[in-house]
Amino acid sequence: MAFREYKIGSMMFGVCLSVSMFVTIFLPGLDISGVSSTQLALEKQLTYGWESGFNYYDPFLQGKDKPIKVTLTKDPRTGAKIDETDAYVFKPGTHFPDGLTHNWILGDKVEKASASTGRIHEATEEKGGVFLVQVADDDTPYIEYATATRGWTVDAVLKAADQQFLAGSGKTMFIREGCWWCHTLLPEETQDWQTFGRPPMTGDFNGESPTTFGSDRKAPDLLHVGSRNSSREWLTMHFFNPRLVQPHSIMPRYDYLWGDKDKEGNPIDLKAWDKKFMAYAKGESIYPPEVPIPASGSEARMLIDFVLNLK
Amino acid sequence: MLKYLFAKEDDIPQGSAGLFFAVSAICWFIIGTGLGSFNAAKLAFPDWYHGIYALQFGHMRQVHVHAVIFGWIAMAFAASMMYITPTLGNTKLWSEKLGVWNCLLYNIGLCLALALLWSGLTSGREYSDHIWPVDLYIAFVMVIPWGVNVWMTILNRRTQGIYTTNWFFAACVFMTAIVFLVGNLPEFFHLTGLNEAYMTWWFAHNILGLLITPVAAAITYYIVPKITGNPLYSHRVGHLHFWSIVVFYSTPAAHHLMSSPLPEWLKSFASVEGVLILVPAVAYVCNILLTMQGKWSMFVSNIEIKFTITGVLLAIPLNMQGGFQQTRAINWYIHGTGWIVAHAHLALLGFSTFAEAAGVYYGIQVLLRRKLYSASLANFHFWMLLIGFSLYWTSMTIAGLIQGAAKIYEVPYVDVVIAEHPYMIVRWLGGTMVFFGNIIWLYNMVMTARAGSIVPVGRQPVEVAYTR
Repeated sequence: MAFREYKIGSMMFGVCLSVSMFVTIFLPGLDISGVSSTQLALEKQLTYGWESGFNYYDPFLQGKDKPIKVTLTKDPRTGAKIDETDAYVFKPGTHFPDGLTHNWILGDKVEKASASTGRIHEATEEKGGVFLVQVADDDTPYIEYATATRGWTVDAVLKAADQQFLAGSGKTMFIREGCWWCHTLLPEETQDWQTFGRPPMTGDFNGESPTTFGSDRKAPDLLHVGSRNSSREWLTMHFFNPRLVQPHSIMPRYDYLWGDKDKEGNPIDLKAWDKKFMAYAKGESIYPPEVPIPASGSEARMLIDFVLNLK
Repeated sequence: MLKYLFAKEDDIPQGSAGLFFAVSAICWFIIGTGLGSFNAAKLAFPDWYHGIYALQFGHMRQVHVHAVIFGWIAMAFAASMMYITPTLGNTKLWSEKLGVWNCLLYNIGLCLALALLWSGLTSGREYSDHIWPVDLYIAFVMVIPWGVNVWMTILNRRTQGIYTTNWFFAACVFMTAIVFLVGNLPEFFHLTGLNEAYMTWWFAHNILGLLITPVAAAITYYIVPKITGNPLYSHRVGHLHFWSIVVFYSTPAAHHLMSSPLPEWLKSFASVEGVLILVPAVAYVCNILLTMQGKWSMFVSNIEIKFTITGVLLAIPLNMQGGFQQTRAINWYIHGTGWIVAHAHLALLGFSTFAEAAGVYYGIQVLLRRKLYSASLANFHFWMLLIGFSLYWTSMTIAGLIQGAAKIYEVPYVDVVIAEHPYMIVRWLGGTMVFFGNIIWLYNMVMTARAGSIVPVGRQPVEVAYTR
């Protein structure tokens, strides 16, 4: 009956909601999308790959479909000594971050430099390849497709690498295990500079998904944790049982990320370990049990790599 | 329930959908608060349940949030809408069958969604944690059919006007569907970077501001006049409330990211709009409290009014916090601390839950035509909820202020963890009280269905004596 009298109301409602969404989605979207990538954003995209949350290529969040970050001190092609360089290795089939596949992610100048000097448009996901982050003379950061510009192939780079960081897969672990429910990745602009380091800038996030700022800080901010604490041994103990290195910590244990076997292939018995630990915690034994070293493909190793890489 | 799925529309007793939603809501409330209590225990004693890896905090936290929001709060809303909307339109629900199906698919979907979250399948975005196929299910199978039932009932009403409650019901379900589909665009279309971060909070803010608080308010707009017999104090102030919700409450999403590198104009704009949230808030609280004129004795004597008015009174500190804590002057101190956790629980467990509990208490009595079984148990439930919530809110607010101070003075973080420990224990106790209170509530409701005095046709439950 007589819906007519509510026609004006419904129209006003539509107008209000549309204007609201125009102002709160469209305008900020335009503004944010107009910001150019910083060097950090390029590094993050190349470290974390396409998507770290649920996606079609890694539906169970096991850290699949991710690039590998490596450090090089010699040229993988010629073997000549070079300055320490970070390279990002995408094995064939690994999906590229949006910055490599979409034109409007990097920002005009960065996009141009990456295309002309860096030759990124020659890269395809089927072939994979090796990428570097460079800075031009006018301080414009850009991505270089080293497979085209220097002839660095995936296999050669992985072979020549001094160190491999599975930081991209580690970010998947960081999301799946809910680390970001307590650890923020966002030092605040109004304080935090001294303890947690420089807050991020607007262009630091281009192409990253998800950003996992975190909102409820029950634990230290981790954005620059790799600069404060770069000890792999400390982190290994901390993830296995945080109370080994910090008795007052309320962080959960992540010992199950070690899997069945340690680095040497010895089986890991968490129950027996826990028994020894509880004896130590009660003061019945002097030393805590040894923490197994994670296997090179284990989820624990990925997560530790991710945290160490947060410089 | 199952026997009605393929029954003819006319063979389904009126109110079935509402009743199923109401019972589901109570069950989900028990599950949700149980999970909350469990999580709180882990924050107080991290080594307590070691060894059961399915019960990891990082997997459980979001299950608590979504069990409470989509299980308890949204289903209590659905229950309330399924019986209040037709009553206010002097008609019957458009389709009981759709409502019954909706309730079944809602429960199945929620079980599936929570199981996926529990096993770690997440989008990594707070409040929109569900993976995108689940988001689509929620929007098209859980929310839109519910909305269709409400909208069609209102269109087919047999009254000339539409009462305040129904404006909110119709508009809020619509906005929820829109917020769900727009807020998850980053997942559907892989939007990245700050846009994704901002849209995460656009979603989170709007699901709170356009679903959870206004629908709770709409329920109180019905319960208070209906039970006290007083007409609503002012229809016009109701208008002010409704329109200022649409205009002001839908815009301050960026105030959740005040310390992030979003454009400064956006943060300032959001902050100003955030203060303007006080317009609907003050209009609403005044309207309801003035409706109580001359009937304040019912605040003590009547259980539904007791719940409703407690909720409305809790809306006062809620909105005062909400309006001001997001300004730059205050936000820098409390951002990301337990203060915010306390505030979120003030909104969901304080204001909103008390209003919904009244809606469900009243709804089950009206739909079953049976008087509540026990006033003592209902009062016990009320006080468990109120004391449990107060313990929770107080301890988390204090913990937040400690965290804030430690943040400003850049105290080593582990000292904050040590200082917060006693408050974490109190938080756990408070949450556990709410959990046990809810179990009593379910018992009381089951006994109401079995042994409550019959409410004669044309009589209100309030006019009938308690069974015990």
